[in-house]
Amino acid sequence: MPKVVTDVTCPFCGTLCDDLEVTVSDDNKKILSVRNACAIGSEKFNHTSLPGRVTRPRKRQPDGTFKEITYDEAIDWTANMLVKSKKTLMYGWASTSCQAMSVGHEIAEKVGGVVDNCATVCHGSSLIAIQDVGIPSCTLGEVKNRADRVIFWGCNPAHAHPRHMSRYSIFPRGFFTVKGHKGRKIYCVDCRHTDTARVADEFIQIQQGYDYELLDAFRTAARGEALPDTIGGVPKEKVYKIVEDLKAGRFGVIFFGMGLTHTLGRNHNIDEAISFTRDMNDFTKFSIIAMRGHWNVTGSGQVLSWQYGFPYAVDLSRRNKARYQTGETTSVDLLVRNEVEACFNIATDPGAHFPIDAVVSMSKKPTVTVDPHINMSTEISDIHIPVAMVGVETGGCAYRMDNVPIETRKVVDAPDGMLTDVELLTKINERVDQLMGAK
Amino acid sequence: MSEYIIRNGHVFDPVQGIKGDKKDIAVKDGKIVETSALSASAKQIDAKGKSIMAGAMEVHAHVAGPKVNLGRWYRPEDKLFDSHKTPGMTRIEGGKSIPTVFKTGYSYARMGYTFAMEAAMPPLYARHVHEEIHDTPIIDEAALPVFGNNWFMLEYLKNHEIENNAAYVAWTLNQTKGYGIKIVNPGGTEAWAWGLNCLTVNDPVPYFEITPAEIIKGLIETNEYLGLPHSIHIHGNNLGNPGNYNVTLDTLKLVEGYKAKNNFGRKQVMHATHVQFHAYGGDNWGNFESKAKEIMDYVNMEKSITMDTGNVTLDETTTMTADGPFEHHLGGLNHLKWANVDVELETAAGVVPYIYSPNITVCGIQWAIGLELALYAKDPMRCFITTDHPNAGPFTRYPRVIKWLMSKKARDAQIKAFKNSDKVVAATNIATMDREITLYELAAMTRAGPAASLGLGKDYGGLKPGMNADIAIYNINPDNMPSDPEEIEKAFSGVAYLFKDGKICVKDGTVVDNGNKRTFWVDVKVKPNKQVAHDVKEKFLKYYSVNEGNYPVPDSFAPHPYVIAVDATQ
Repeated sequence: MPKVVTDVTCPFCGTLCDDLEVTVSDDNKKILSVRNACAIGSEKFNHTSLPGRVTRPRKRQPDGTFKEITYDEAIDWTANMLVKSKKTLMYGWASTSCQAMSVGHEIAEKVGGVVDNCATVCHGSSLIAIQDVGIPSCTLGEVKNRADRVIFWGCNPAHAHPRHMSRYSIFPRGFFTVKGHKGRKIYCVDCRHTDTARVADEFIQIQQGYDYELLDAFRTAARGEALPDTIGGVPKEKVYKIVEDLKAGRFGVIFFGMGLTHTLGRNHNIDEAISFTRDMNDFTKFSIIAMRGHWNVTGSGQVLSWQYGFPYAVDLSRRNKARYQTGETTSVDLLVRNEVEACFNIATDPGAHFPIDAVVSMSKKPTVTVDPHINMSTEISDIHIPVAMVGVETGGCAYRMDNVPIETRKVVDAPDGMLTDVELLTKINERVDQLMGAK
Repeated sequence: MSEYIIRNGHVFDPVQGIKGDKKDIAVKDGKIVETSALSASAKQIDAKGKSIMAGAMEVHAHVAGPKVNLGRWYRPEDKLFDSHKTPGMTRIEGGKSIPTVFKTGYSYARMGYTFAMEAAMPPLYARHVHEEIHDTPIIDEAALPVFGNNWFMLEYLKNHEIENNAAYVAWTLNQTKGYGIKIVNPGGTEAWAWGLNCLTVNDPVPYFEITPAEIIKGLIETNEYLGLPHSIHIHGNNLGNPGNYNVTLDTLKLVEGYKAKNNFGRKQVMHATHVQFHAYGGDNWGNFESKAKEIMDYVNMEKSITMDTGNVTLDETTTMTADGPFEHHLGGLNHLKWANVDVELETAAGVVPYIYSPNITVCGIQWAIGLELALYAKDPMRCFITTDHPNAGPFTRYPRVIKWLMSKKARDAQIKAFKNSDKVVAATNIATMDREITLYELAAMTRAGPAASLGLGKDYGGLKPGMNADIAIYNINPDNMPSDPEEIEKAFSGVAYLFKDGKICVKDGTVVDNGNKRTFWVDVKVKPNKQVAHDVKEKFLKYYSVNEGNYPVPDSFAPHPYVIAVDATQ
């Protein structure tokens, strides 16, 4: 009899939907159906049974092809690489559990690693802004229960966080929001007419690169000061009208994404968005939430913070202190300046997302990639170690974009003999201990 | 397990009434035993010229959880020149006002602490709190879930449904692996979800039509109905504002007519926390003054209250509290970075850095108020020393607070060092107070007292045979007390020895063992309650953003639990 596993958490995006129902075969080997997930989420579960899945580590040969090796060989090679390298970039962590991160940090502290996660090419600029000006925020359930003014700025949840709008931000009926969508006024600020813009009540098309100016104009309008005729292509009358409407709301919220973090101004854009949010609290209640991408990138920031006090780009290479300096200890900068001797990628694909110079630099160093799938990083690595998929084949804690921790679940068994991230890292840690003890 | 005999030390133990007499302490299998129970192989520890106390117990500190961690990562400056690793078995430590989990565990242990209570756990974030507790070495920890603005509670208590509220509290303690009932700005934090506040005990909570006084009384009744080991633990309304001592007295007086009902030897029905922030006179920052005496007159008379001080340590620190509106207010005062998180159906939290400068009169007065509270306390078993870490200062400053309490000379030197010392003296009574806290009183204020208040007095906070072998040995000789107060601070900064569960974890101020860390929580059995089961189900279906099935803290988060079972079915 197939079994239904309920309350399953989706290991795809920062929305971390936890209401999935997955039907699995009687022997716990095969996923038969996935309910409630978005298209991307279901695909993630179905990936486990894709034909051609790699289930054993592979080592690159001199001719460029890969040859299967045992886990023990891969662990030994990796531990030797880590011990030998004076400074190793240990990048990724955004698609694994907090428990695995903890083991990874222990290794990094011993061998002198730089632990960085994909905030470094994503919401790192948001984190810098929060370090500068703080952040008034709330959980997503507060948005569902109270928000009557919602702004999507430089983000497109219709594609990137598909169930965000139905679970939290536009459609749900909550305690004080019994009318659901009808009781909320939705604004979308973007330079393109996105699919999110299509469901907004008002779309504000902004000229590319003018986010800082427009946010500044919102602050100016909130204080009742004079504006130029147009700001980033938006007429001042529109700005005044929107700000008046926001003030008339009971509870407002801004969601923002890469359109703010990685356009001209970067962290200063976020700084201005946060400052606008703070200003609005003089008139009504207002919050702001970053649309974090990977399902557990937030968790990596949390674990690094409680262990070392910094949310990403934590340099432990001196082994006796933790350092953090954006531009200095961040992955892309380290790679482009050739400041690391080896790379250890886990649970994220830098090959697909880093600038080409950084990827070329990585490809020339000893590199190990730990990932359930073949991806662009595995193809430039010396060793690819496949592991069980966290959130599908093993459980572990993850943090949602609003920092709420939710435990992911195991729904099916991993293919026979495959290790989980925690098991693999623990074995690497033990081998590192042996090698360092022998030194 | 090893056996030890600690010889020749001066023992301070309010549980047995030992006031510095020389007495041998025997340790076997993690417990304190009669010396006759030891075998010949027991290791000898010479404590000649040293003082021996039970492991200290932190009754209120923010050391684990979402707002603590936000404070850590949004203040990289807190780690500047303060990230380091000492040779040995420790991990990298970092942070001044909000230390990392590793530094938190080691620092408490080095000062002789063996237990810390995380003072505010938002139930929705309980998994985060327990992940941090799990990673904090050596010390035992527990966490108090916040209830003072919870929707279930507001709805039950509005209709005075104590039994339903009790069933809900029991359910939440079980789900979150929590220890007791914490209340922060009752009603005010719910009001803050709309940008409002409740500044007196009679201000109605928007929509829910209940007052803070009704919430507090209802939760006292709930607590005693269940017979929990700890009483309600309250941070009252109107924290931090001039003239708030009247609201504090109104809050304290709500205990009248209630009696403690429990099997743990606890006598109080209310623990009032960080009272320093609630003992202010005047009506603006210009005529701000101490009302410590007025507060302590009441506390000294009313035996149903325990309290902790919340001593200002005159440092740069990071304030953090579930009192959301207060942090917004504070951010408006000092214009440093304001962070806030509102938590659905439950609570909120704010974080703002703060600098308690000796050059600012108000900070000097706050410093004096914290010390006055302890110096006015007639019963050290009911008044405990805290810094409301990190709100009034980091817990790593306890040795300095102890120095001020034990030495008038040290207090006078600090008063003299204030830029506006005449104004501080005029607004307080500190300069006229000669009392110096004794080592025996200190043992009550930091060990036996907190243990009794938390309902742990049977096994913790003392050195009686049968009790847990958590023992701190300090390099301070009561027969030859140092004339230089700095020596007191030094002695309490690094223990000669710390025993945790009968194992030496710290020696000469250096961590030598990561101990056997445990997570304390309270498991209450109540009668099945269909109404509450229905309400929980409905709230999760309609209003929470997580499923009920994903709400509990998995057992793996507390692999070494110390579960206190309470049967409230009778």
